Amino acid sequence: MKTHWQILVVDDEEVMCESLAAWLREDGYVVDTARSGREAVEKARERDYAIYFVDLKMPGGMDGIETMMQVRHLHPDASIIIITAYATVDTAITAMKEGAQEYIVKPCNPEEISLLVNRIIKVKNLQRENTILRKKLTRQYCVHDVVSKNPRMQEIMALCEEIASLRSTVLIQGESGTGKELVARAIHNAGDRASKPFVAVSCAALAETLLESELFGHEKGSFTGANHQKQGKFEMADGGTIFLDEIGDISPKLQVDLLRVLQDRSFYRVGGSEEVRVDVRVVAATHVNLRQAVAEARFRDDLFYRLNVIEIRIPPLRARREDIPLLANHFIEQLSHELGKEISEVSEDALRLLMDHEWPGNVRELENAMERAMVTCRGAILTAADFSFLAQAAPSPQSWAIPPGMTIEQMERLLIATTIERAQGNIKEAATTLGIDRSTLYEKIKKYEIPR
Amino acid sequence: MKYLYVAATPEVEREALAAVMERVATEFGGPVRGMELGNLDFAYDAGRRQYASIPVLEQLLQRFPQDASKLLAVTERDLYIPVLTFVFGQAQLGGRVGIVSFARLRQEFYGLAPDREVFLERSYKEALHETGHLFGLIHCPEGECAMSLSTTVRQIDSKHNAFCAACTAKLRRHMGVPA
Ligand SMILES: [Zn+2]
Ligand SMILES: [Zn+2]
Repeated sequence: MKTHWQILVVDDEEVMCESLAAWLREDGYVVDTARSGREAVEKARERDYAIYFVDLKMPGGMDGIETMMQVRHLHPDASIIIITAYATVDTAITAMKEGAQEYIVKPCNPEEISLLVNRIIKVKNLQRENTILRKKLTRQYCVHDVVSKNPRMQEIMALCEEIASLRSTVLIQGESGTGKELVARAIHNAGDRASKPFVAVSCAALAETLLESELFGHEKGSFTGANHQKQGKFEMADGGTIFLDEIGDISPKLQVDLLRVLQDRSFYRVGGSEEVRVDVRVVAATHVNLRQAVAEARFRDDLFYRLNVIEIRIPPLRARREDIPLLANHFIEQLSHELGKEISEVSEDALRLLMDHEWPGNVRELENAMERAMVTCRGAILTAADFSFLAQAAPSPQSWAIPPGMTIEQMERLLIATTIERAQGNIKEAATTLGIDRSTLYEKIKKYEIPR
Repeated sequence: MKYLYVAATPEVEREALAAVMERVATEFGGPVRGMELGNLDFAYDAGRRQYASIPVLEQLLQRFPQDASKLLAVTERDLYIPVLTFVFGQAQLGGRVGIVSFARLRQEFYGLAPDREVFLERSYKEALHETGHLFGLIHCPEGECAMSLSTTVRQIDSKHNAFCAACTAKLRRHMGVPA
């Protein structure tokens, strides 16, 4: 990674310039030098450097601060380190105010410079990773099991492909039922870890101590009930991907343990003293707003930044209603087989009902609804009546309460009667509103003996 | 036939020099020749009470033997480059000359009792490190590799007196040795 990054050292003294440049080259960076502020700005015009080391005191009318300001004008995100021979509070403050990232006093401890450079480059690497990925998002995708023609979902699937072969941690945010695990699997399957295990763990389902041994395994006798050594999910996922669902729910202690794994790629089994090293890609998911949890100190910020290297936000189903027909057909295909039913499609009125529903439980709720409707459906087509439970379960805000014990037929009769009344007896209009054709409406009027 | 030269300033203890030469010969697998250097007074900075490494490297280039492939100097003097408080050593990356300072590799420097074992172990590592640079190796992310960057003796002590597999492979390529 290091060799991608270029550094510019700016100092009027040749020996200063060249010795620092040589020292940084040993670290693998491509280092240019400039002997004046003017030359530095010229070079910055040609290319953007990852880091600019700029000597504060330079002759010729352009000192370090002026140089920094001009470079910053060209590259607002440039990382600039001001070097000075004597630390005066005034110049330090000016430099920081004008946007110097750091301020070092020469001679400087090599460890200090090395840490500083590493820190800046680490951030640059992450930023670069993210922007490269996000630039390529306009292509159209429908990857694996994620069914969508929504532009945002397609962006997400494109992103999944782009990041599939990286090891960067991914944080998937989205309401329950939006398909976070599906997205995690898509990432796993599209990358070079596809042949290795994909291990999913729901962090919300288990108590702290159980979750700890579930994740990291335990040694025999490490706690009551630990009769033999157990491999943890991290070990099982070695070479592959671990999917940590509901990461927002883990305890402070586990947050620390997890941070360690992410930093060191190693951990200890519960009750064990042997360090276990793994090569695991972590994809975490949460339905809570982790940023807010961080702000409220319920979630460690360092862990959040480790997890949130690549962020994916899945929109709720109500924000991508155009996917509902697609998903409905997808589930019909899938479930017909499983349920042994020969159902071919969703009727137009049923579809309208599905499109209008709020789907607080998102795709999972839709899947459950489809299954429930298919189980009770008698024909080959799912009708609005097959989905009547949806209306009962989630009345829209301005709706009326449904009397207990009401049957579908009573409901349908009421709906038809009310609609005809509103259409002032105009059957054509009422049929359109109801989403059925006129002959069907006439049949129903006859069946329910609705007065006109 | 080109030789890897190891040159020493007068104050360097000969036994330690011989040990380092042997270690370098083993690791780089070629004949190593010795060479005597004068003192480094010309590079002394009275204000810093240290020796500037850049003029020393320049002098080494002037004295570069015709039959040398690389020239690594060792000295007891404490070295620096202007922007840093000190350097353990310095080498031209993929170039001809480099230098290692023993000054800060000794326990005495830190007010501790002398420890010959520790000192020799550190000097091997730094000699390998700078010679690695001469053969074009850059710092290695593997913390145990001799090519990892050390800015403290603690870091030197935590690395091995050898190159990691990746650096060894790179070294062979750079030296033109079949793997
Ligand atoms: Zn080095
Ligand atoms: Zn290495």
